[in-house]
Amino acid sequence: MRLSSKKSPLTWAMHISVVVLVALWLFPTVGLFVSSFRTADQIANTGWWNALFTQERQAPAIRISGDESVVDGEFVIAGNLFDSDKVEISKWGTSSRAPNAFVPGDVVDVGDGASLTVAADGGFRLSGPESFGDSRLPRVFTTATAPPEFTLQNYRFVLFDPGNREGMAKAFFNTLTVTIPATIIPIVIAAFAAYALAWMRFPGRALLIAAVVGLLVVPLQLALIPLLRLHNDIGIGKGYLGVWLAHTGFGLPLAIYLLRNYMVGLPRDIIENARVDGATDFQIFVKIILPLSFPALASFAIFQFLWTWNDLLVALVFLIDSTGETTVMTKQIVELLGTRGGNWEILATSAFVSIAVPLVVFFAMQKYLVRGLLAGSVK
Amino acid sequence: MHPALQGLITIIVGVGGCIGYFYFSNQFLDRVLFPASGKHAGRNINRANRIRPWLFLFPALFALGLYLAYPVFATLWLSVTDRNAGGAFIGLGNYRQMLDEPKFWEALGNNMLWLIVVPAFSTGFGLLAAQLTDRISWGNIAKSLIFMPMAISFVGAAVIWKLVYDTRPVNQDQIGVLNAAWLGFDGGPFSVLVLQIVPALVLIVFAAFLAYGVFQMARSLLRGGQSHSATSRLGLVLRAAFAAVAAWVVWLSLGSVVSLLSAKLPYGEPQTWLTIPYWNSFFLMAVLVWIQTGFAMVILSAALRGIPEETIEAAVIDGANPFQIFFRIKVPQISGTIVVVWTTITIVVLKVFDIVFAMTNGQWETQVLANYMYDKLFRANDWGVGSASAMTIMLLVTPILAWNVYNARRETR
Repeated sequence: MRLSSKKSPLTWAMHISVVVLVALWLFPTVGLFVSSFRTADQIANTGWWNALFTQERQAPAIRISGDESVVDGEFVIAGNLFDSDKVEISKWGTSSRAPNAFVPGDVVDVGDGASLTVAADGGFRLSGPESFGDSRLPRVFTTATAPPEFTLQNYRFVLFDPGNREGMAKAFFNTLTVTIPATIIPIVIAAFAAYALAWMRFPGRALLIAAVVGLLVVPLQLALIPLLRLHNDIGIGKGYLGVWLAHTGFGLPLAIYLLRNYMVGLPRDIIENARVDGATDFQIFVKIILPLSFPALASFAIFQFLWTWNDLLVALVFLIDSTGETTVMTKQIVELLGTRGGNWEILATSAFVSIAVPLVVFFAMQKYLVRGLLAGSVK
Repeated sequence: MHPALQGLITIIVGVGGCIGYFYFSNQFLDRVLFPASGKHAGRNINRANRIRPWLFLFPALFALGLYLAYPVFATLWLSVTDRNAGGAFIGLGNYRQMLDEPKFWEALGNNMLWLIVVPAFSTGFGLLAAQLTDRISWGNIAKSLIFMPMAISFVGAAVIWKLVYDTRPVNQDQIGVLNAAWLGFDGGPFSVLVLQIVPALVLIVFAAFLAYGVFQMARSLLRGGQSHSATSRLGLVLRAAFAAVAAWVVWLSLGSVVSLLSAKLPYGEPQTWLTIPYWNSFFLMAVLVWIQTGFAMVILSAALRGIPEETIEAAVIDGANPFQIFFRIKVPQISGTIVVVWTTITIVVLKVFDIVFAMTNGQWETQVLANYMYDKLFRANDWGVGSASAMTIMLLVTPILAWNVYNARRETR
């Protein structure tokens, strides 16, 4: 609606409200994302919103090290405390009791006649009358402003470290193994049923459609115990086969409902013409309906993919046994919340590994997702 | 066998099996059972066509029956039997035991709160976002960002929000956004204004809005009660129920206003948000509202676009201001869609499990029915009470189920 063409205060208020709304909705996710690129130490000391700016903070103690040389009859060790040359020290000290005792440039006596000076850029010079040999060199405490610093270390640890038993690599592949068959198989089954419900005439059709609509909202909580017992009785037990079957069953109502609604809207003429030309229902379905229904198939595929990828309950009940070999990412993260509740660098990274794939799918195929939502609920 | 390989084989067997089944069963029907040739060709074609729909439907019906319909009855049966007594029938014993547990009432009470707060706020924010984003140039980008949490798992969202709610000791920097913001308030007039007076005003406006709705509904019920035909009796009952719930919510929000204004807030102390009884449920609900708002926005935005332009133009010519256009012209025209969005989110809320499971696991009085049920089934191993609580969820879903089926029947007729 472009009835008010001039920029009224209301238009500005609208822009500002949307900015606020979007910021509110984005803020929590961005927090996790930023945190996954920070070190444990950074996360524990400052809020993630500080990570984007140059900030002044007290760095952990650094013990001086370096090669000794002799200059003008004095033994000297010189070097730089930091790898980065963008750090600027504002205060420093040599004991944890007074970490801010000196300013850059001060020359400080550190005992045994030795003296230490630290420059603003982190360069230090330790000099003394005797060789330092194997003695412990002093520690330096610094308060410095450092530019934003990010690391991929967390991802390396969570995904590729073979020594990390809580890593996400295995859970990632397990999730993938659950997801792909659980997405494809219901589509095939539902497509045939949806065609029958949309284009074939038989007694009881309306009743079946109503039943599907009813089953759409049946909570899957009801299915847990009876089906687990059934799976145990027929020998499937807990495992991939069980979880695939369960996801197929639970996904079918939505699949049939979405696909039927879409197929009903296809032009009647095409189908009638094909019938007149002697095509069987099977041919009509495979050659005409299926290709034309691609948007609906894609919509459901995205739904089912997101749902199975993000699922926790079905995996807990039907898949994950006591060995934990078949754990999925959602379960792994819940475990981490229990055991590593304070290690935000691991939690954030693990969570982001599991969120990343759905987010990519979401942004790549948003069009179909929206279309599916509209077909699935406004009817 | 490697699971990935197993998965690949399953895809091939599953998909191939399905297609093979459909192909060969059709061939069998047409060639062997009722061949479309010979003496009875015409009759055979008719017979085959009568059977064919069921060939197409069979796998789906079988899976639906086994995985969704059968468990409803099996769970119903489990809920009236005792597992320890070898599955003997004990009537309502499990239900009685469940009703005696305070944890159950806590879960039920919390669920009721969830059922009101989450759909209301998701739909409200969704409507607001839809209305605002539809009228600005970068609206589509804004929409897709607000919609994004839909793709995030409940568990992922739980981690995201746990970071928001994180608490550090008083002498350290706060790393949770909420505590950092909270410590920005010092208890001065500004804090009182932002944290007490403004929310109280919002609540009062909300309650007034609802009270007005209840009043309208009650009036139409009293006035038109007799003249309605039999078909709208269901609608009448629903409206009465709706009015009763709304009246209760009005009462609840007015109570909250009083407690909000009289509360002494502990300024300067970092809060462990998830352990404050009663309010912690709201912090969990915020997570679901955050996820569901995008859904509401997408659907409502489509509905808003479907409103005939003439009605709005007519209102503008009559001198309506933007707020009047929104509340008096637009909202009434999309009320059907609002109901659909509301009920869909209600269903999601009733099944909510992951968020509570991952964030508090029902501690500090945040229990909800789905998590209570999981506790009973898999921790306490009490199938009877677990099934009874599952049936409670089913009972709460049933009105919506009936309503959906009723609408679907009306449309297909």
